[in-house]
Amino acid sequence: MFGYIVRRVLQAIPVFFGTTLLIYFMVFAMPGDPIVALFGDHGVNEAVAQQLRERYHLDQPFIMQYLIYIGGIFHGDFGTSFSGQPVATILAQTFPVTIRLAILALLFEMVFGIGIGLISGLRKGKLFDNSALVMSLIFISLPIFVIGFVFQFFFAIKLGWASPTVSGEAYWGELILPAIVLATVSIAYIIRLTRSSVIDTSGQDFVRTAYSKGLSRARVVRVHILRNSLIPVVTFLAVDFGVLLVGATVTEGIFNVPGVGRTLYQAIIRGEGPTVVSFVTVMVLIYLVVNLLTDLLYAALDPRIRYGK
Amino acid sequence: MRTFKLAATLVAVATAVALTLTGCAPAGNNNLVSVNGNEPQNPLVPGNTNEVGGGLILDSIFAGLVYYDAKGATVNEMADSITSSDNINWDIKIKSGWKFTNGEDVTAKSYVDAWQYAAKFSNAQLNSYYFDIIEGFSYEKDTELTGLKVVSDTEFTVKLAGPQSDFPLRLGYSGFYPLPESFYADPKAFGENPVGNGPYMLKENGAWKHNVDIQLVKNPGYNGGRKPMNGGLDIVFYATMEAAYADLQADHLDVMQGIPDSAMATFQKDLPDRSVLQGAAVFQSFTIPERIKHFGADDEGYLRRAAISMAIDRPEMIKAIFNGTRQPAKDFTSPVIAGWSGDLKGSDVLTFNAAKAKELWAKADAISPWSGSFEIAYNADGGHQGWVDAVANQIKNNLGIDAKGAPYPTFAELRTAVTDKSIMTAFRTGWQADYPALANFLIPLYQTGAGANDGQYSNADVDALFVKGNQAKSVDEGNKFYQQAQEILLQQLPAIPLWYGITDGGWSTKVSNVQYGWNGVPLLFQVLKK
Repeated sequence: MFGYIVRRVLQAIPVFFGTTLLIYFMVFAMPGDPIVALFGDHGVNEAVAQQLRERYHLDQPFIMQYLIYIGGIFHGDFGTSFSGQPVATILAQTFPVTIRLAILALLFEMVFGIGIGLISGLRKGKLFDNSALVMSLIFISLPIFVIGFVFQFFFAIKLGWASPTVSGEAYWGELILPAIVLATVSIAYIIRLTRSSVIDTSGQDFVRTAYSKGLSRARVVRVHILRNSLIPVVTFLAVDFGVLLVGATVTEGIFNVPGVGRTLYQAIIRGEGPTVVSFVTVMVLIYLVVNLLTDLLYAALDPRIRYGK
Repeated sequence: MRTFKLAATLVAVATAVALTLTGCAPAGNNNLVSVNGNEPQNPLVPGNTNEVGGGLILDSIFAGLVYYDAKGATVNEMADSITSSDNINWDIKIKSGWKFTNGEDVTAKSYVDAWQYAAKFSNAQLNSYYFDIIEGFSYEKDTELTGLKVVSDTEFTVKLAGPQSDFPLRLGYSGFYPLPESFYADPKAFGENPVGNGPYMLKENGAWKHNVDIQLVKNPGYNGGRKPMNGGLDIVFYATMEAAYADLQADHLDVMQGIPDSAMATFQKDLPDRSVLQGAAVFQSFTIPERIKHFGADDEGYLRRAAISMAIDRPEMIKAIFNGTRQPAKDFTSPVIAGWSGDLKGSDVLTFNAAKAKELWAKADAISPWSGSFEIAYNADGGHQGWVDAVANQIKNNLGIDAKGAPYPTFAELRTAVTDKSIMTAFRTGWQADYPALANFLIPLYQTGAGANDGQYSNADVDALFVKGNQAKSVDEGNKFYQQAQEILLQQLPAIPLWYGITDGGWSTKVSNVQYGWNGVPLLFQVLKK
């Protein structure tokens, strides 16, 4: 098992270099000169433009720029944005917000998704089950920006239960509404996943054995059915957490959350290479770590799965 | 039984969440007036800020020689008098007793040194070109502006490279603000925490929270004409206009500049007596460079340009696409500028006339037949697709030729293609005045070799009229020459004028006395917060 983890970590290193090189290349192959965009509709002052290009190393060949950037990373210098802010600071400010948002969304997904899915599975075919299926179908088919705008309009503007946007500090309480919006689509999937998993498990032999042994319904559901049904659900949740962590650009735009998605989008529009590459690199690393943890979690839940042998 | 308990737990959790939501609606920001802004694209240094995000902040924390009131008239702020007998040598006297918020005095030297810094080649300031009218400026190497001389603490003289009749009008632009000595010691640190002499100042060191907001408080030492009637400003950087508008509707945002397209049809109803819709010093057009085949600087070219212009039904388009919230263009400037005229000779080329358009196009075809398609390039990230497609359709229907829009994914790409002259189609151009003068809409765009002359238009008569305008004894006299130049432009149409921009915005129930200025920016210092 330990050897397995070490191997996975070592695999991450070429992935890291490969991705940074690829993203760097894509950002700089984009047509359009970000320095020209800085001048807006006014004419470009060539002398000033040339100096700015030198300052940001934009006049060097691509490989030189890449090596300068990688060299900087090992000193902890992730580059500077056009407004003079070190990218490392931007990272340090935006990732905690997105992490909070992701954790909240995950909590909602777990509580409501698994809860409703479990009840649905146990009462298959009844009214609760059918309505849950219909509701989840509706939420899967609605685009997330529709859900976002509608929730914002009704809960924040009309009813005044929450603030339409999130402030700079992004306290936990403010993030509840965006987290719910983010979670709705995943909740729908989890309900269906849990439901089918529960139905599957309920039909297994060992469950009938447990009932015939005389165990109470509560104990059978909690110990035998639920835990065994959770394996596919937990895998989905873990992957979903990774997806949530890398930023939900649309939702962050609607609620003005000062997180990763929004910052990355603006950096892309402005053509700020170092910012874009740094953010995407960190996202890739996060995704790799979350995937590794998911695989380990899977092995922990199901004793039949073992790595390394 | 078990499932019932589970369901009950879920309901309890949901209620708890709802209650937390209620409890967590934040209080809002005490006595600061909140307004939506954009994250500045550069450090906050006057010589290096040329976009509205940084401009709003600088205009609040600095005071220059003059400022512009709501109507766009120039009002002395720190200046006592700005005089010249020949429009070349200017004598500027400033009031004494002004201080920066770090205690330093604001003297004539503060201005002269700041202007030298902004103009100097090796400092690479985006606004350096603003000083090219001053004697001694160079685009190639480090030089001193020999035209600037400090006479005393309260007086300095400016010698221009050539006569400029509207020189005093330019001095309200943020590039001309003075700087304290502390700037030169560490320009980078200054750009994060600027020190000014204006109506407001940064609340504390580090008040600029990047991509989030910046908080300013009243400057107790300020004694000029823009004395704040509120305790300070909270400029919040929203990612989208929709998010800002949502906050405005819920009374979480006090003043909003601009209204998102999605709310254009309803905002006046949503905000009864709390909205504004007025003219702005913004001009929209599309430029046809002379290197495009069939559109050269000859009879055929002028006929085709006039035909295209007459094939566009501007009022109809404005009604359909913009809900009637634009004004059709009658010239190349803007109606909010003093001296504007709506009936220049030849302005009928901007009125819809399908028959005449076809006739002119046919005449041009007689000289050299047209082939191919007419395209208008634009940047897809600027929300322009609607009107570009509509204009192209009108040209197609009314002239019977193939016409369409040519989108570029980002603003940067479009501007790159324009500046290195690789673009081979017509392209969208717009201009927002830096200072309220007719000349600012004309000279930077249509003078031979000028900075924003994207179509490389060149006409000696027009250049001569610009020079005469600069040499005139007064702004009004100068405007006469600029109007004559416009009459030539209306015949040759280097760019096809479309419409004038508008200022739109709204405010919450918590504030009053909100007025929007000539450039569409609200006059924040006079906003009262309940």
